[in-house]
Amino acid sequence: MTDLLTPQLNIETAVPDWLQARRLAGRAAWDNGSMPTRKTEDWKYTSLYPLQQDFTAAPVNDASAAELGLDLPELSGSRLVFVNGHWREDLSTLVADAAIEVVRFSEANAEQSALIGEHLGTSVPGTKHLFAMLNDAALSDGVFLRVRANSKAQHPVQLVWHNSRAESIFISNQRLLVLAETHSEASLVEHFSGRNNAFTNGVSELVLGPGAKLNHSRLHLESPEALHIGGLHVRLDRDATLESFHLALGGKLKRIDIVINHEGTGAHCQLDGIYLLRGNEHVDYHTCIEHAVPHCTTDETFRGIIGDKARAVFNGRIHIHPDAQKTHAQLSNKNLLTSATAEVNTKPELEIYADDVQCAHGATVAQLDDAMLHYLRTRGIPEDEALVLLSYGFINALVETQALDALRDYLKPLLADYFGATSESASEQGSNLTRHIGA
Amino acid sequence: MLSIKDLHAEVDGKTILKGLSLEINAGEVHAIMGPNGSGKSTLGHVLSGRPGYEITGGSVEFMGKDIFEMETEERAHLGLFLAFQYPVEIPGVSNMEFLKAAVDAVRESRDEEAFDTVSFMRKAREACTAVDLDQAFLKRGVNEGFSGGEKKRNELMQMMLLEPKLCILDETDSGLDIDALQVVAKGVNTMRAEDRAFLLVTHYQRLLDYIEPDYVHVLADGRIVKSGDKSLALELEEKGYGWLEVEVA
Repeated sequence: MTDLLTPQLNIETAVPDWLQARRLAGRAAWDNGSMPTRKTEDWKYTSLYPLQQDFTAAPVNDASAAELGLDLPELSGSRLVFVNGHWREDLSTLVADAAIEVVRFSEANAEQSALIGEHLGTSVPGTKHLFAMLNDAALSDGVFLRVRANSKAQHPVQLVWHNSRAESIFISNQRLLVLAETHSEASLVEHFSGRNNAFTNGVSELVLGPGAKLNHSRLHLESPEALHIGGLHVRLDRDATLESFHLALGGKLKRIDIVINHEGTGAHCQLDGIYLLRGNEHVDYHTCIEHAVPHCTTDETFRGIIGDKARAVFNGRIHIHPDAQKTHAQLSNKNLLTSATAEVNTKPELEIYADDVQCAHGATVAQLDDAMLHYLRTRGIPEDEALVLLSYGFINALVETQALDALRDYLKPLLADYFGATSESASEQGSNLTRHIGA
Repeated sequence: MLSIKDLHAEVDGKTILKGLSLEINAGEVHAIMGPNGSGKSTLGHVLSGRPGYEITGGSVEFMGKDIFEMETEERAHLGLFLAFQYPVEIPGVSNMEFLKAAVDAVRESRDEEAFDTVSFMRKAREACTAVDLDQAFLKRGVNEGFSGGEKKRNELMQMMLLEPKLCILDETDSGLDIDALQVVAKGVNTMRAEDRAFLLVTHYQRLLDYIEPDYVHVLADGRIVKSGDKSLALELEEKGYGWLEVEVA
């Protein structure tokens, strides 16, 4: 494929052979693929037009955390920080934890390299996810997190990908591989932030072994100009449990594919997500849950609030294969439109080929409830504060169910501020509007 | 305190209130009774400023000000409180957030200092106890999954915390068992004061066994057709509403 993204693939960078092979394969798949258009069903409502520009390679930036505007949740465990895709040792903290090995691909020892080589890309089969192929082609580094069998991590691991302001528009490549071994337990937070219109191509892979339990969050808090095409690809072995929480504040173009494969019986996945858009932002969540084996469960809830002229897309597919008897799957997507020009395209898709399953799905699109608004106002609460309370209330339940206290404490004021700033009032007024949240 | 003169109002093009007049002074307790469809609930909605109700004639002054010149929240700031017949469920907004936001807004409008979190918590807990509601309800979503009786007690709790000048109770007694009814009555009786008035809108006389009104009015076909003292309520209970309509006709 010839286009503006390709020239940034720097094949000459020295990497280990096992990585080079993947890069070449990715490059070949990318070159042979064709860019999705609005006629491609999976991209019907999301235009890739914002990618039609000259990108440069990501510049190294050594600014301090304060200069970068890094605002991170205070979690107790290891924190790995990448700025513009480049590792920043000085901003990172490594906390020893016997249950965990966390290492960059470039620093991996022989055993770790072998494990990366064995698992990397196995959850992204074929060439359906073209941008994952681009990610492969551009691989120079990534993060490998291993949770050792039969052990429980003491602290959550936090991975931060931050893009700084730069003179040119650049591409940063993000890659994560998590290997949660048999009966291991851990928590992981992926944090994307930034102050510019850089394009992030992110791929995260979670491979959960038998009985493994992983609490995962992926936060997209980039600036409104940000471009992000990302994928989360998950393999669940028997009796594995994944709790995965997603949050996206709008960007110019954000497209997140979440693909979860139930490969072993008795696996469970809880998938929750929130997307908040305003201005001219565009967020597209495509989720696909593959139930290939019996006795697995999926509980998926996404909620979005869309304002101004923003446009959201939610496509939730649950595919139940012929062998996947006794599957329990439910999918709910609720949307709140706060302006007449906001738009959401939501499509729950159940494809069921087994005959003994319980599945439910539903999608709603609504505006703020006049009766609720009136009720709050009869109690003296000003209209603009009532609107903030109701908007926050719409997504609050999903934040409350977050397992990590520290993350919840971080998200609540952040989201409250978001809604406070939605109003046209000044920032001082904004804090007045949100002061009762969490009272 | 409240002066309603020849009030006409309609919903969806249908005239509901057809010349209602009523004067309420500080310290008084008024009861409005009437058959279904007479306009009882419409009166409460109109006074609270609910969208969808159009005022087609007449005037309402509350604390000397034209009520229709004020936003819903401004009416509340001035001391108007409506206990809803069907309180609204608001999932995701906790009762505590809601109560604090309401009390802060009303106190600020009166240039009174906001309660700090600790003293407000204490006041809210006391109010819970007063209406016989478990404190766990403070953490739940506003009215979310509450039973009918719990919702009505929650309304009463809000009334206690907001300390309004005029309390309009729209069929607060409907659907309550005797115990809950007594809790509501006790709450109202505790709040009776020289500078506060009550307007009890009810379908049944039994509420008035527990809260003694100074005046009883009968609402029929959008107007007050008869006024009297508490003995009128007993007469209505005995004879039903039919004789009034005959008398008026």
